[in-house]
This record gives sequence, C-alpha cells and structure tokens, in this order.
Amino acid sequence: MEGARHAVARWEALGSRDASSRDGAMEMIRQEVMRCAEGTGDAPGGHLNDMLVRVLVLSKRCPHADVREKCARLLQSAQDAGVRVPRPLVNGPSRFIPEKEVSGLDGQTQSIFEDAFASLGRVDNVSMVMGFHPQYLESFLRTQHYLLQMDGPLSLPCRHYIGIMAAARHQCSYLVNLHVNDFLQVGGDSKWLKGLESAPRKLQALGELNKLLAHRPWLLTKEHMESLLKAEENSWSLAEVIHAVVLLTHYHSLASFTFGCGVSPELHGDGGHTFRAPSLSGYCVCDIANGNGVTDDLLANQLAMETSGEVEVLMERMKQLQEGRDEEEASQEEMATRFEREKTESMLVTTTEDEESLTSSDVSRHFEDPSYGYKDFSRRGEHVPTFRVQDYSWEDHGYSLVNRLYPDVGQLLDEKFQMAYNLTYNTMATHQGVDTTMLRRAIWNYIHCMFGIRYDDYDYGEINELLDRNFKVYIKTIVCSPEKTTKRMYESFWRQFQHSEKVHVNLLMMEARMQAELLYALRAITRYMT
Amino acid sequence: MEKMTRVSAGLGSASVAGKTMFCHLDAPANAISVCRDAAQVVVAGRNIFKIYTLEEDGFVERLNLRVGRKPSLNFSCADVMWHQMDENLLATAATNGAVVTWNLGRSCRNKQEQLFTEHKRTVNKVCFHPTEVHILLSGSQDGFMKCFDLRKKESVSTFSGQSESVRDVQFSMKDYFTFAASFENGNVQLWDIRRPDRYERMFTAHTGPVFCCDWHPDDRGWLATGGRDKMVKVWDMTTNRAKEIYCVQTIASVARVKWRPERKWHLATCSMMVDHNIYVWDIRRPYIPFATFEEHKDVTTGIVWRHQHDPQVLLSGSKDSTLYQHAFKDASRPIDRANPEGLCFGLLGDLAFAAKESLVGGEAGRKPYPTGDRRHPIFFFKKPDVTEQFAQVSSVLNVFESPAGGGGAAGLMDWFVQTAQLYLLSGKPFAELCDHNAKVAKQLNRPQVSTTWTMLRIMFSEPANLSSSSANHNFSKLGTLPLMNSFSMKELSSVLNERNKENRQDNIHSLETNINNNDVENEETEGSEGQAEYVFGDAELDDDDLYSMEHDNQTVEEQDYALPQEAFPLRHEIMDHPSAPEPLEKAESPHVSGSEAESVCVCLTPSESVSLISVSQLLFPPNLPPPFFCPVVKEMLSYYAEQGDVQMAVSVLIVLGERIRKEIDDLTQEHWYMSYIDLLQRFELWNVSNEVIKLSTCAAISCLNQTSTTLHINCSNCKRPLNNRGWICDRCHQCASVCAVCHHVVRGLFVWCQGCGHGGHLEHMRSWLRDNTHCPTGCGHLCEYT
Repeated sequence: MEGARHAVARWEALGSRDASSRDGAMEMIRQEVMRCAEGTGDAPGGHLNDMLVRVLVLSKRCPHADVREKCARLLQSAQDAGVRVPRPLVNGPSRFIPEKEVSGLDGQTQSIFEDAFASLGRVDNVSMVMGFHPQYLESFLRTQHYLLQMDGPLSLPCRHYIGIMAAARHQCSYLVNLHVNDFLQVGGDSKWLKGLESAPRKLQALGELNKLLAHRPWLLTKEHMESLLKAEENSWSLAEVIHAVVLLTHYHSLASFTFGCGVSPELHGDGGHTFRAPSLSGYCVCDIANGNGVTDDLLANQLAMETSGEVEVLMERMKQLQEGRDEEEASQEEMATRFEREKTESMLVTTTEDEESLTSSDVSRHFEDPSYGYKDFSRRGEHVPTFRVQDYSWEDHGYSLVNRLYPDVGQLLDEKFQMAYNLTYNTMATHQGVDTTMLRRAIWNYIHCMFGIRYDDYDYGEINELLDRNFKVYIKTIVCSPEKTTKRMYESFWRQFQHSEKVHVNLLMMEARMQAELLYALRAITRYMT
Repeated sequence: MEKMTRVSAGLGSASVAGKTMFCHLDAPANAISVCRDAAQVVVAGRNIFKIYTLEEDGFVERLNLRVGRKPSLNFSCADVMWHQMDENLLATAATNGAVVTWNLGRSCRNKQEQLFTEHKRTVNKVCFHPTEVHILLSGSQDGFMKCFDLRKKESVSTFSGQSESVRDVQFSMKDYFTFAASFENGNVQLWDIRRPDRYERMFTAHTGPVFCCDWHPDDRGWLATGGRDKMVKVWDMTTNRAKEIYCVQTIASVARVKWRPERKWHLATCSMMVDHNIYVWDIRRPYIPFATFEEHKDVTTGIVWRHQHDPQVLLSGSKDSTLYQHAFKDASRPIDRANPEGLCFGLLGDLAFAAKESLVGGEAGRKPYPTGDRRHPIFFFKKPDVTEQFAQVSSVLNVFESPAGGGGAAGLMDWFVQTAQLYLLSGKPFAELCDHNAKVAKQLNRPQVSTTWTMLRIMFSEPANLSSSSANHNFSKLGTLPLMNSFSMKELSSVLNERNKENRQDNIHSLETNINNNDVENEETEGSEGQAEYVFGDAELDDDDLYSMEHDNQTVEEQDYALPQEAFPLRHEIMDHPSAPEPLEKAESPHVSGSEAESVCVCLTPSESVSLISVSQLLFPPNLPPPFFCPVVKEMLSYYAEQGDVQMAVSVLIVLGERIRKEIDDLTQEHWYMSYIDLLQRFELWNVSNEVIKLSTCAAISCLNQTSTTLHINCSNCKRPLNNRGWICDRCHQCASVCAVCHHVVRGLFVWCQGCGHGGHLEHMRSWLRDNTHCPTGCGHLCEYT
C-alpha cells in the first residue's frame, strides 16, 4: 500500500514544473524499471509491462522535453537489458495529420499542455490536435474540467458514464476507452460497464434523450423532459438534466471532432502499442492501412499542385459576395426557398463510400438501438417546423437557462462558442490578411441548417457559393455520422489548406453541432418549465 | 403594522380609465407599442402584426397589417414602434435585417410605406425621434446603427459601434441630438446624431449583453439599462464619467426596462427567460419589487406604459399569445407579504436585528431606544411623497454587541481560547486529567462542563482512585454538600452584584419581546445582561419552547455564546421540575429546585452539580463497570457536539481514550476532530491544534501532521538541490553534509548556520561556538548559535 502510494507520487512528480523534481522522480522510475528488468529475468509479470507502457507514453506525449528524452533512453536501455519493450502502433496523435505537424508547438500551447499534464497526468490526443489553436484549447479544457471535475449536480462516475454513453452513440471507441478508465478511477461500479441495462434505472432513462440528441434533436419535445423529470423514484432534477444535456452534447460533438481529425487511440490503451517485434518492412500495419507512409507527403504535394487555384477561387467568390450583396436583391420568397433548397440538398449529400463501419461489440454495448441514426431533417411526409434562431437563441435564452440551473457553465460555454465562432488568423492557405468571417458563418449556418435551424437574416445562397461538394460531404459526415469519416474525405476537401486550418474547421463544426443540439434540448426544457 | 396608504393619483384630463383586461392573439408577440393618444396598440411578432383599439371593456382588433398571399420575412418583426408625433406612422424591425415603415393613412390594404434593407443581420430595435417626424434609428445584430430620414430612400448616416451586436437604441428624451445604444458585449455608447464617425462616450454597463436601455422621461441625465447579468442599473450621465447610481438585482435576465411615467423612481422590467412576471421597482428599494403583475403564462416580451403621463396602466405582450392591460390597482404587492423582520449574527457574535418601527416602538410604555453606546443609529425609511403607494415602512436596525465573557475582557470566544490552552489532554492519570479540566471549566464559569468532567471521573475511575482523588476535590462525599452549596451561592451573588453595578440599559429586551411576542412582564431594564444573552441563545426556538426550556439546556446554550454565569435575575416563573430530554440530564433534574419568582438570585447549577453527584452515587454504586456508562457518555458527547461545543466532545474523547472510542463511529469522530482543529487554527492556537492532532487516533487526522513536511536540501558544495537520498551529491560527487569541526559525514542531527551554510554535528557545533564566534570552516562568517 505504502509502496503503491510512493509510486503514484513519483509518476505525478513528472508533471511538476520544477525541472529538478522531475529529474528526481525520473531517476527513481529509472531505478525501479531497471531493477525489475534485470533482477527478475523473464518473469516480470504485468508490473514491468505496465511501467514500460507508461514510460513509452511519456516518451511520446510528455510536454517536458527532458522527460521525453529520458524515457526514450530508458526504453532503449531496457531493451538492451533484454526486455521486450512496447512500441507505439500509431504515429502521431492523429491518423490524418503527420506527427511532425502536430508537435511543433508554440509557447502558449506548451504551457497549456504542462498545466493539463500536471493536473491530469496526461495530455490526450484530442488536446494535442487542438494544440494548433491554443486560445480555443484553453477554453475547451477549462470547460471540460469544470464539467467533469468541479461542483455539479451529478456524481463523478455518473458524469463519465454519461460521457461514455454519448461517445458510444457514435461508436467512438477512443472516447469510450478514455472515459472507461476515468470512470473506474473515480470509483465507478465496473458492473455498469457491461451495458446500459446494468446501469441504474436513472441513467437508463437517459438513453432515449441520448439517442434523440445525437441523431435527431429536432424531435425532442417537452414530453421527453417530462418523463425524465416527473416525480418518482428514479427521476432527475432540472439541474441534473441540464448537466447531463451539456455532457451529452459535449461528447457527441467531441466524437465528431475525434473522427473528423482522425484522432488516434491513446498509446496506453488497447491498440496504442504492441510488444511484438517490428515487422521486417519497417512500417506498422496501421501505417500502411492509413496510407501514412513516406510517400504520403509527396502524394499530398502532388495533389496540391493539381488543385492549385482552389483557394483563389474561393477567395474571389467571397469578395464577390461581399461587394455584390447590395446589388442582387433577392426577394423574400427567394430567400425562403434558398433555405429550403439548402436543407433538401444537404439531404442528398451523402457519402459515396458507404463502407461498413466496424462496430466493435466492445463499444456498442453501451447503447441500445444501434440502427437508430441520423435521418435527414427534411424528409418528405414528416413535417417538423423550422427552428428559428431569432425566437430561441443561445445568447438570449439558452445562456440564461443554463446559467440559472448550472451556474457558471453558461458562461463557460458562451466563451467557448464565441471563441470557436470568432477564431481567425486572417489567413487562408498561403494567403494572409483575409477576412474569413463569411466562410466561417457559412460553415456554422450550414451545420445548423442540417439540424433545421434557420437564421432569418442569412442568405443561404452563400453556402452554395462558398462550400464545394467535397467539403459538404465532409461536413455532413462529421456532423451526422462521424463514424463514417475516412482519411480520403479529410484529404479531398480544401487540399491546399493547412492542417491547422482543417482542425480549425473541425472545431467550428464541433461547436456548431453542440450548440444546435443544446438549442433543441434547452428549448424542450424551457417548454417544460412554462 | 401600519396600514398601507394608497392614494390614486389624479391625472386630470390625461387620465385614461383602465382596468385589467386581456385578449388572445393568434401568435406570440415580440413587441408592442402604443399610439400617442393611448387609444390604440400595435402588436408585432414573427407571425402577427395587428393593431388593437383599447375600448373601455376590452381590446378590439382594428387592423391586420399582415397582408399578402405569401407572408414575407419582412413581416417577421423583432421590434415595433409607433411614432409619437404622427399617429399614422409605424416602424418595424424585421428578423431578416429589414427596417420597414408603415403608413396607416394609405388607402390600400398594404400599408407598407418604405423598406430599408441595409442591415446585413437581424435588426433588434427601431426608434423614432421623439420630436422629429422623419428621423428613424435602427440597431442591428451586425453591429451597425443606421439613421434614416423617411423622406429619403436610404439611410442618411451609419454608426459603427466597433463592437458587437446592437441590442437597443434609444433617443434621449431631452437632448435633441443624443441617442444611447446598448451592445451585446456589455457596453453602452452615447452618440451624437450629427457625428457618425465616433461615439461621444462609451462605458461598460454589464457583464454580458445589455438587452435594453431607457432614458428617464423627466430627468435628462438618467439612463436605465438591463442586462443578461440579471441587473438593472441606473446611470447618471450628467457627469464626466457615467456613474452608476442605482442597481436593482432581479432574478432573471432583463429583457425590457421602461420608466414609469410621473414617478421619478419607478421603472418596470420584464425578463427574457424563465420568469414571466412584470415587475415595477422603486430603484431606491432594490431588494423587493414595488409591484408585480403575474398574469402571463409565458415570458413577457413587450411592455409599454399606456399613456406617457399616466402611471396607472401598463400594457404587455407575451409569448403566451396574449395582450394584457394591467391596472395598477390590481397589481400584487410583494411588500405586503414580505417579512419585515430580519435577524443575523455577525462574525464576532454580534447580532443585528431589523424590525418595523411599529413593532419595536409599540412595546408597553418602554422607551424604545434608550441611549447607550451599544445602540447603533436607527435607519428610517420614509417616502417623501404622500401620494406614493408604497407601503410605509420604517425599519429599525439594532446591532447588539455581545459583552465580553466573564473570564476576561478579551473577545467573545475567550472561554474557548482559555479552555483550549488550559485543558490537559494527556500526560497524567485519567482522574487527575478530569479534575484538572473540571477546575478549568469551573474557573471559566462553565459549571455544566465542569460537572461533566467530574462525572466522567466518577464513572470511569476505579473505586480506589475515586476516594483518593476526592481529597483534593471538595465534593463527591455527601457530607460536603451544604458547605459547597453555600460557597457557590456567595460566589455567584458577588458576581451578580458586580454586574448590577454596571447598570447598563439594554435594548435587547425589545429583541426578546419582539421575537417572542409574549406578554411576560418586563419592566426591568437594568442588569439584564444575563437575561438578554439567555434569550440570544434560545433565539431560534419557538415561542412556546422558550420558557418551557429546561435549565440544563439553557446552561448549555449559554456556553455557546460565552456567557459568564447562569446566575441571573430571572424575571419570570421558572418551571418547576422540568422534564429533561436526555438520560444524562435525568440524573440531575429531580434535584433542581425551582426558584421563587421574586428571588433575585437563583443559584442553579452549583446545587445541580452537587445534587447530581449525590444522585449518581446513589443510583450507580461505584462498583458498576465503566462500560455501563458508555451509552450515556456517547449521547452526552453527541449532545455537546450538537450544541456547537465540539471542544468538549473532542477533549472528552481524547481523555477517555480507549474507554469510549469504540462506541462512536470513526466518521463522527473524524468530523469532530476536524471541526475542533479548524476552530483552533482559526484562533491561531497552533500548539493546541497540533497536540490534538497528535493525540487523535483517527488515521485521517493524525496524518495531517505528516503533510508538507518535506525538507529540500541543497548541497553545501555546489549549492544545487540534493535529490537522491544519501550523503553524496550526484553533481559534485562530494559528501554533502560534512561536519565542519570533525570533517566526518553527519548522520543524524545536523545543524548549520543559515548565514554561511556551514555546520555539522550538533554537539560539535555547540561546543565550538561556545568558545568561538567565527565559523569553524574559517569562512569568516560570524555564526551564532542560540
């Protein structure tokens, strides 16, 4: 017991900002690993392997360069001592983005990572990818930390379990695995993990809300809220529902991001590392499967050459729209039909590559009714009234409701939305000083449009001008059925743009989706309350 | 309670007869506006745009402006305004960014006059100039404000706020050229209509969006703003910097704010979410609405006073698709239901008590506010305006300071500090500890605690111990009883006399009587300290309980407030033979003698304690095994802890040690320990707190001493931190801690000078510095050993 506590303290000390205490902890770890490696020969058991995996993770993901370097050396010396050491199966934090792109960090990102590492003992791949946009990352981590760790109506295991439920809806094994670990760590009952049937009734009741929110939030009515809130044994309180809703939407959209950026499994999880000797070819199987080989860069460059001019065309269009807006006065009817058209068109945009998604049974047990998926908002025969933002907006209504029932979260979310919406570096691919407001607004509104949310003051014709088909396919996939995202999709839109810009787009999509889901859920709650 | 005065304001010809009435609309309303003559109202929303005439007994639909085969988004109104000069002229702000004007004088069905589509985003607000017919102002989500001259086809000037979306624009009532704009980022800007290039002034009014603003109709400098942060603020704009002069905190984000006509201090608000009521506030009393209209079933979206000189009638539209006319006489007055008494304990045990003047003053002929150093100023709140309808409330605020405890002149919690310092918790035989602590408690005038200690000794000591220790304590033998009794009597009465000499008037009386509302005769005002505090302690109790309380409870209550003695003059009948609630006290109570009502000095506790001993010895012969008492002691401990005297609980716990520990579950113990340690640390009694931590047996407590006890050492050679345990620095590979005198490695106690960093074996250094003043290494530093 005492020893275990020491061990924990040692690993934690690695997160310290003080270099010397990191040094000390590292030295202790080194001694212990080497003692295990040498002393007991080939019967080290799980303990040594566990340690080695941790060391491996540190050698790749620790924000402190000294620790990374020492860990790498330690692995090497362990290998020299004749121990089978783990190798990473994945290269960078993302399957879509070359590792070297992600690891080039500026000072602000570095310091955020150090903070996160000190408090959580890890920097997960999602954060690594978001590291392209430190301002946003900070806001994101603050919100997530508040939702998961700080005061709130739900218990800690409950929060993680809801996260698991939400991520499982999109078969996002990355998030599920991450939170299964956290769930057990905060003392969750491992029985719950067998499936939703094994969870308490109260959480089971959330299943329906989860399903609707993830795929067809426009069907949410106040009756759904009523059934959760009605007074009985397993009922929810309003504050709990808000907390749950925020968590669900957070993880649905985070699942979108995870798939959209091809976030790789965590190194310490299953599929993140292997103890097998490297194959002769020198590539991991994964690399080949993902086309992440050396030729990749060349290929990409080639593609970029072919499609050069794409950016310029886009910029030209934006300029035209900006200038020509006053001239072409679209009639009101025209505007209305444009929204409808965009809505119906979004329905036709489907992924051509309809590959069978591999649902591992591991993940699917967390949700029921796997056949239930996104159905297009504007299907024939079923009329759901359009959601008008002017009648129920986040800024005016959603914020007030959330902040009332779950103090401070409204503020945090508001900051996060604004950060995502307003984030810009005024660049497009290689061009500097571009006002991207229109483009960002088009993306945001297009996503809301797919959820049937309409802005009265937006000309939906702009979307058609600015977003090409490949991009629309990508957006639609990410937002509606993220599990179907492929690397080809990621590469085939906006080829000239940088990875950081593509991540930016993903952030925008994630937040737009979250807000859309939240708006529907909060409207249902408001209706319940009045 | 004083009667509320309601005087209806005479308005003369301007008055409009109004009663509360409503009509159903077909769709939710977003905004409403009235015609200048107060006879018509326009309602606008996403799917509604109608004009109603206000008849004597209801609304009559006069006109539907929503015409055309395909309703265009231009009809989807976010705001509407009726021109105050021209009764045919209306303007609407559409959600698609259009600003539309309507001319009711047009003969055809379509009354639309002009359409401005210059804004790129939703227009949130339109506002006509109050005196100029053709000037219209709009504020939009796109961050721009535009000024239109209705004689021209397009805007005459555009104002860029350089910040986020504009939520409201309002022309000043008095300054011809000025208008105010409120923004989503919390700013408010003042503009001169002639200068579109930059604002005259900007200040941050709220955190989060400012949804609305309104100029005071009479006072030119006042601007009211309402925001998402649930506040209504009134700004004085006449000074150089906008100054916040009033602030009203509501319970939901404020969607609209409108000053009440003819009432300088009143304004009406409605909220954006959750709360459906309309409130009228008197800004000088920001804690309670002056009046509330509670008719709507969904959020109120538009409010407007029907006539600009009539404060009695308010119109409102709501998302619940109704249009209401509210008559002021039908409003509900929260003040009528409010409890005007407030009671609060201060940090140092002071008590503040506010009550209606009538309540306090109406006490049978007693001077309500005797002069004295302890009475703080009385705050009257009176309306200068007699016609005002606010309930007349004049409140009195009394602040009572608790006098110093009997033990000394220091603070209120003096007894706590002294007890903590004087108690012995370990290091002596059990019986002696008990005796010592009993004595300490007695000296601090806490007889019940003292008795408890004595009892514990008797309960848990071996019979042999008992008799031996009884020698240095004066009771436990029946023979000493009378002696003891008389002694205590004397002591107590002397204390009392001293007290009486102070002879201070004490208005705590009023407190007592107010709280309890009873008719106990209560003429005396002097020497009432004891009495007053006695009431303090029981203040939470119900009226009935107060006087039927057992003495035992009273004594305990007093300890919480550091009361010196319970020997106070009692002014009312003491209940004879009260029934005690706890088994522990049962032993004592039968012998408590009820005192005569006239008696000035009643000596309660000493007699109690004595009788207690006699009883306990009679009931429980000394050969009873200690565990027999455990349940009783356990209950006693919980009782003390409940009463807030966690000190007693913990001290007994420590002193009794194994005798009682198993009886009480760990969690409770831990809780007591934590509370006591926390208290000790607040009083900066670090030593005692450490002792308690050390003596505690809870793992969770005793580990408190182990936290942050790491000592980081730097190598004395290279001055780098020493990381690994051991004697060799891994940087300079030298022995780090070498004795400067004998040059051997020091294992064990190492003492070193904080000035030069040299040192060595404790013994060596001590002997060296006995004869020398310089550092033994010869570094030249003048080391000191103290």
